[in-house]
Amino acid sequence: MKIFVNFFAAIGRYIQLMGKVFSRPEKANIYYRRILIEIDALGINSMPLVAIISIFIGAVIALQMGITLESPFIPKFMIGYATRETMTLEFSSTVIAIILAGKVGSNIASEIGTMRITEQIDALEIMGVNSASYLILPKVVAAVLFFPLLALFSMMIGTVGGYIIAAFTGIVLPAEYVEGLHYYFIPFEITYSLIKMAVFAFIITSISAFYGYSPKGNSLEVGRASTRAVVTSSITIMIFNLILTQLMLT
Amino acid sequence: MIKCENIFKSFDGRTILDNISVEFESGKTNLIIGRSGSGKTVLLKTLVGLHEPDSGSVFYDDKNYTALSFAERKEVRRELGMIFQGGALLDSSTVYENVRLPLDMFTNRSSAEKDKRVKECLERVELSHAGHLYPSELSGGMIKRAAIARAIVLNPKYLFCDEPNSGLDPQTSIVIDNLIRDITVEYNITTIINTHDMNSVMEIGDKIVYIHQGKKWWEGTKDDILSADNQELNDFVFASAMAKRAKRSL
Repeated sequence: MKIFVNFFAAIGRYIQLMGKVFSRPEKANIYYRRILIEIDALGINSMPLVAIISIFIGAVIALQMGITLESPFIPKFMIGYATRETMTLEFSSTVIAIILAGKVGSNIASEIGTMRITEQIDALEIMGVNSASYLILPKVVAAVLFFPLLALFSMMIGTVGGYIIAAFTGIVLPAEYVEGLHYYFIPFEITYSLIKMAVFAFIITSISAFYGYSPKGNSLEVGRASTRAVVTSSITIMIFNLILTQLMLT
Repeated sequence: MIKCENIFKSFDGRTILDNISVEFESGKTNLIIGRSGSGKTVLLKTLVGLHEPDSGSVFYDDKNYTALSFAERKEVRRELGMIFQGGALLDSSTVYENVRLPLDMFTNRSSAEKDKRVKECLERVELSHAGHLYPSELSGGMIKRAAIARAIVLNPKYLFCDEPNSGLDPQTSIVIDNLIRDITVEYNITTIINTHDMNSVMEIGDKIVYIHQGKKWWEGTKDDILSADNQELNDFVFASAMAKRAKRSL
């Protein structure tokens, strides 16, 4: 019973915080500058990690498909098709979002948590600044704008990874692999993936900021907040992945 | 004028402030003194609105601050400056950016005017050379001076200082004390300082309030404090052997 009470109390506090975050900003141009800074910190800085993971996963998917689809009845170009579909539908949005929940989410929770325990948030409040909006809104906006681009980037890099492994190992001819990439292409799948990523971006930044904004006490609390942020963001991403897939693809 | 009436505050059932009523003198340096854990910081944070009292009221110039809405409080807060125990400078901003933030958020001055005002404030606290440095690159005394510069940049009517000398050597403590006293006179502001430093009490205290176990035990001037007939206060004031010798020589 107590778990349910705590759960709904946390949701209530989260909604209250979001109300503060999305209240009218004091000075739009300051927020604009901060959004650009956050795009760099949360988005552009994540590109190398996304690139490395995507290229290897793309290559591995192509390899596994090559091994699994070894049948004279299945055309080889299906390796390219399967790689594209896996990257587009699930990996570049959901799996990359889980990875970003670890990297970006823990960063946001610990940054804001440290600001809380060192009274930097109190200092902003005393100045009359809406600290929730000043600290959290630029992060949410930056992630919602930029993470879908990271998903696109991941799709491209992943399919290139598959192409490279195909060219080097000969499991499929590069031309066949490319044919598979074009095969039965549904542009809406890209839209679906980008919409999912935008929702996941909101989940990661808002939940991590919520946990970071809450701790009172010491650095141990900040560590715990950071862990809770990653765990809760990841579970929420999984739940919304199911909901969005049901809503958009069925 | 700032005054509080019948303030009660407790955390998790533990009473921290127990029926405190004080009127602080305008244009003077008011000191709240007491042992660690006596409730000084909670009282100061209740005065500025960072803690809500369980009951009782805080008045700024006859305006009941505790009864104001969030938006109305923001207006009052723009007349407050606060120096936190650890400085509470924003880690991600330079000293210059920290001092400029209130100007950017709440004034429509031109960039050149803001720049001029920031430089004036930095010069006032003798940090003209350190504008480009980040808080992590500053000494304890420099952090406190930067925090003072940020607190005065909007010409506040009230200045609150939470243990401005904590963690500082005796010489730097005197520099900070003198700076706060001079600024109080120069800007004709009402200053309230939390401290347990008896040097500060004797150097800059115009009005002194002694808090013990969450209650107001004594109030008076620095001239009265040495001859006060209050055992708890005497134990606090003459805690050191040197002070005891000074007391005997009176």
